[in-house]
Amino acid sequence: MTRAPFESIVALHGARVWRVCRALLDEVDADDAWSETFLAALEAYPRLAADARVEGWLVTIAHRKAIDVLRRRARLVVGDVPDRPTASVARDLDLARALALLPARQREAVVLHHLGGLPFAEVAATLGSSADAARRASSDGVRRLRELLGGVDA
Amino acid sequence: MPEVGLLGGIPEAPIAALHARLVERAAERGLLDVAYRSLDTAVGSLLLAATPAGLVSVTFDGRDPAATLERLSTALSPRVLEAPARLDDAARRLEALIAGRARAFDGPLDLALARGFGRDVVERLREIPYGETRSYAQVAAAAGSPRAVRAVGTACRRNPLPIAIPCHRVVRSDGALGQYAGGVEAKRLLLDIEAAPGG
Repeated sequence: MTRAPFESIVALHGARVWRVCRALLDEVDADDAWSETFLAALEAYPRLAADARVEGWLVTIAHRKAIDVLRRRARLVVGDVPDRPTASVARDLDLARALALLPARQREAVVLHHLGGLPFAEVAATLGSSADAARRASSDGVRRLRELLGGVDA
Repeated sequence: MPEVGLLGGIPEAPIAALHARLVERAAERGLLDVAYRSLDTAVGSLLLAATPAGLVSVTFDGRDPAATLERLSTALSPRVLEAPARLDDAARRLEALIAGRARAFDGPLDLALARGFGRDVVERLREIPYGETRSYAQVAAAAGSPRAVRAVGTACRRNPLPIAIPCHRVVRSDGALGQYAGGVEAKRLLLDIEAAPGG
């Protein structure tokens, strides 16, 4: 059995993994999450099933690593998501902070689909939901992001 | 506005810096099984690869390494990364050999890719003194299989570490140069350098 050298995995998917990390984190933390993603992937790579979809695998690791970093930095206040940000919050929101304000399901669906480029069937497999539910969560998430970012996006 | 537009504001990935750090951390954690780089020389563009044990492969396809990298990934480990700095020392030693400034490769070598009879032949190649040549038949006799002349030719062509292990010093009994993985011109150049006065 032949297996692509890991270098080609980095070359093909490095930018995609960066989008996922950078959407959720500032530059320094995104650097860290990117490294941790590819180190975890490098460690597991020899045991990866031959028919595994590498993008889905990497994007899922990247999302998990980014969330790990967010939790470490205590920026993610679980269970304390305001329904509607106040006007002053909205003005200062950037994408990473807006994403952090989404319910976890919506955030995961948006990040995996729009930034990771995964089709909804794979997003659903990662989230353990149906493709329709993943699609709904993603479109709800995007609508919510638009509201949150409305102040700076207009 | 398309949905993606909302998410389009992400700055581009600083891939070179990210990659350099990945290589560093992978090596620290013992996850860099095969490091590689290309090296342009007078005998062609080489691809060098090393394991933590030493230089493991030299091939003449530095400009188009995909096939060799796939082979190394399958034969050694798929944990393969481009890591030029980790091969600086080996590159300097090979350049010195090619320029006639050194008479032997003194750095660590990993013979993991030389197996069976090929390994026996490679060990005999290392015994041919600088500036001398042997025939395929002589190497076959030295390897204890005097009739295996063709197999010696194959083993020389498959030498995983040409230049560092001097398969270029094996020529045909009739004086013709015989084959070389890097082409006959490269073989002639290496032999000419060894024959040069003061070489």
